[in-house]
Amino acid sequence: MIRTRSSSVRARAGHPPGEPRRVAFLYLLPAFAVYAVFLLYPIGRAVHLSLFDWDGLSLGTWAGLDNYVAIVEDEGLRAAFGHALVLVLFYAVGPLVIGLTLAAILNHAKVRGLGFFRTVVFLPQVVAMVVVAVAWRRVYAPDGTLNGLLGALGLDSLTRGWLGDHTFALPAVGVVGTWFETGLVTVLLLAGMSRIPPELYEAARLDGAGALREFLAVTLPSVRGEIAVALTLTVIAALRTFDLVYVTTRGGPGNSTSVPSYEVYHRAFGLGQVGSAAAIGVTLTVVIFAISFVINRVADREVS
Amino acid sequence: MIASTREVRTRNTRGAGTRAVLAAGVVALAAAACAPGSSAPPAASPAQPSASAVRTDAAALGDVTLTIWDQEVRGGQAAQMKQLNAAFEAKYPNITIKRVSRSFDDLNTTLRLALSGNEPPDVVQANNGRPQMGAFVKAGHLRPLDAYAEAYGWKKRYSQSVLQYVSYSADGKVFGQGNIYGLPQVGEVVGILYNAAKLSELGLRPPKTWEEFEAALAKAKAAGEVPLQLGNLDKWPGVHVFGTVQGRHVPADQITTLGFGRKGASWTTPENTRAAEQIVGWVDKGYFNKGFNGQGYDASWQAFGKGEGVFLIGGSWLIADLEKVMGKDLGFVLPPGTGSAPGPVATGGTGLPFAITAKSPNPDAAAAYIDFITNADAMKVLTANGLLPIADTEQQKVKQGPQQDMFTAFGTAAKENGLVPYLDYATPTFADTLGAALQDLLAKKSAPQDFLATLEKDYKTFVESNG
Repeated sequence: MIRTRSSSVRARAGHPPGEPRRVAFLYLLPAFAVYAVFLLYPIGRAVHLSLFDWDGLSLGTWAGLDNYVAIVEDEGLRAAFGHALVLVLFYAVGPLVIGLTLAAILNHAKVRGLGFFRTVVFLPQVVAMVVVAVAWRRVYAPDGTLNGLLGALGLDSLTRGWLGDHTFALPAVGVVGTWFETGLVTVLLLAGMSRIPPELYEAARLDGAGALREFLAVTLPSVRGEIAVALTLTVIAALRTFDLVYVTTRGGPGNSTSVPSYEVYHRAFGLGQVGSAAAIGVTLTVVIFAISFVINRVADREVS
Repeated sequence: MIASTREVRTRNTRGAGTRAVLAAGVVALAAAACAPGSSAPPAASPAQPSASAVRTDAAALGDVTLTIWDQEVRGGQAAQMKQLNAAFEAKYPNITIKRVSRSFDDLNTTLRLALSGNEPPDVVQANNGRPQMGAFVKAGHLRPLDAYAEAYGWKKRYSQSVLQYVSYSADGKVFGQGNIYGLPQVGEVVGILYNAAKLSELGLRPPKTWEEFEAALAKAKAAGEVPLQLGNLDKWPGVHVFGTVQGRHVPADQITTLGFGRKGASWTTPENTRAAEQIVGWVDKGYFNKGFNGQGYDASWQAFGKGEGVFLIGGSWLIADLEKVMGKDLGFVLPPGTGSAPGPVATGGTGLPFAITAKSPNPDAAAAYIDFITNADAMKVLTANGLLPIADTEQQKVKQGPQQDMFTAFGTAAKENGLVPYLDYATPTFADTLGAALQDLLAKKSAPQDFLATLEKDYKTFVESNG
């Protein structure tokens, strides 16, 4: 009895204070179990499935890395990943530029009823994407709002079936993304800007900085963290776009708006190519992870 | 102290490294060992009972609960299903129906998972094509119904041209021949819908020949009307238009071979080229509404109902809804023949057939149910609900108008073997290949030759791998 206690005391003396490490892991166990069952296992299973040629019904056959090779070789799939990257411009870069401008103006001008404007700008985020997509499908229809507006302005030559046009379908889908994400980015940036101490602006103004100079020297560096968060969220949203494409174009016209997530769904549930679908999903996950990693790395480095 | 911590850390990392290697090894072993789907039933199809072994007296089957998945959720379809289910339960109080109905798209996506589970529904509506019924047959998930067909006399009531749409070889490879795996309630035929009021304004009559139809399109265009309404945003509606044009140029047996994805035909023929060129010609002449590739399908036929468009190439399924809006102004004809090929050829088929799952513990009750919803009385109920019954079509009495047109059209096409399959049945990927390629063709992003080469590639690849 005595020996046990003394040995445990000795053991603890050689370690950092607190419970032994094994006990600490025990505390993590419940959360980890949930995480493992609902996240790690499905991911592992998806990786596992991606190595098979499986129709979802009968016995699968081992395919090794064939499904991944096929992603690289398939022109249509490469195009789908390309479309996703184009969507990044609309989902992330566009909203960031608009959001920075909007937030700077709202913050700087100390607009009356700021809460109201913040709500209005944020509103698209509250609406389900499917509803957004159905609404925009009507806007873009040949007899829809957009063409009606163009017609009223005497720009009949510009009217077209936007979602059925090989050149404009992808940008049209992208603009919906811009509209959707701008609110989120703006509100994030507004929160960041409201934490900037007014003294910084006073100092800048005393040094004779104009509005632009003030924005570049004070505002922008202060919200770098928020920019990183906004970019991470919006880039992920762009790369995994599914509902918007599913409802508006189903990848058409031709294959000009096909995106990886749509291909995953389509192959798994429509065509019964579960292995191939899993491989696309895994690849997409890796791409998203890599891009988010780079964004956060860059943001961190510049801060320190 | 510092040294010891460092040492501990290195030891830990080394341990983690070994563990990671071990884990990777285990995962690799497991991956190679347990292939997905290993819990699925053997691929061999379940043994066929003989006709004498099946029981057709549903009242004597004891208490049974049948789970049925259907997609009859719209108007008349939903009404007839409800009515027939109630009648069935009233006739056989020992059988309880547990109905699960979802939209077509939702059923499509969930059926695969449901069938591979251990307790699938007893009766399911499975789409005829290879990605659904074909794949299910191949995996041994559906029960061949030939014994029941004999016991209930289905083969006498359904024409062979209809039964081919629910027939597969036991391995699921050949479509259109072999065992019967399901029974549909309704027929479908793609034809030409017209606005009778607009036709008489233009001084025209419903087209009797293909040449007359083209002349009517030209006249409608000249008069400032939209000659042909099309909404092709959803990709597949164009397939019906192309199929109709193809039927004027390509012999029916070739279309059937292509449509069922069997060996021995080709897309890159002069006949198919002429069909592709004709449809592109219609785009050039402005016969379609502006921006048709960006117009939704529902929006398009609704626009036709409101008087936007003289003609609409579409399926018989649109008639009930359009008749409500257009009344007597709506007309429907089979695509007329050309001078050189006058016989009726129309894309058509069946509604989704009802099939029995292999794992169902109550196949006899399930078959009794399927027989009940497709018997002569059921066909009358379908007619009363504005649908197109697939059997006994000519015996039905309907009032003159679009519904009569539809019955005549389907009856004629079925009787004269003029029904050709939907082109997207051909291969598991063909719906996409054809839908996307047609959008490209109609937007003039690809020439007829490239369009046909794309289709040929998909067809040939599949036919060769299918053996």
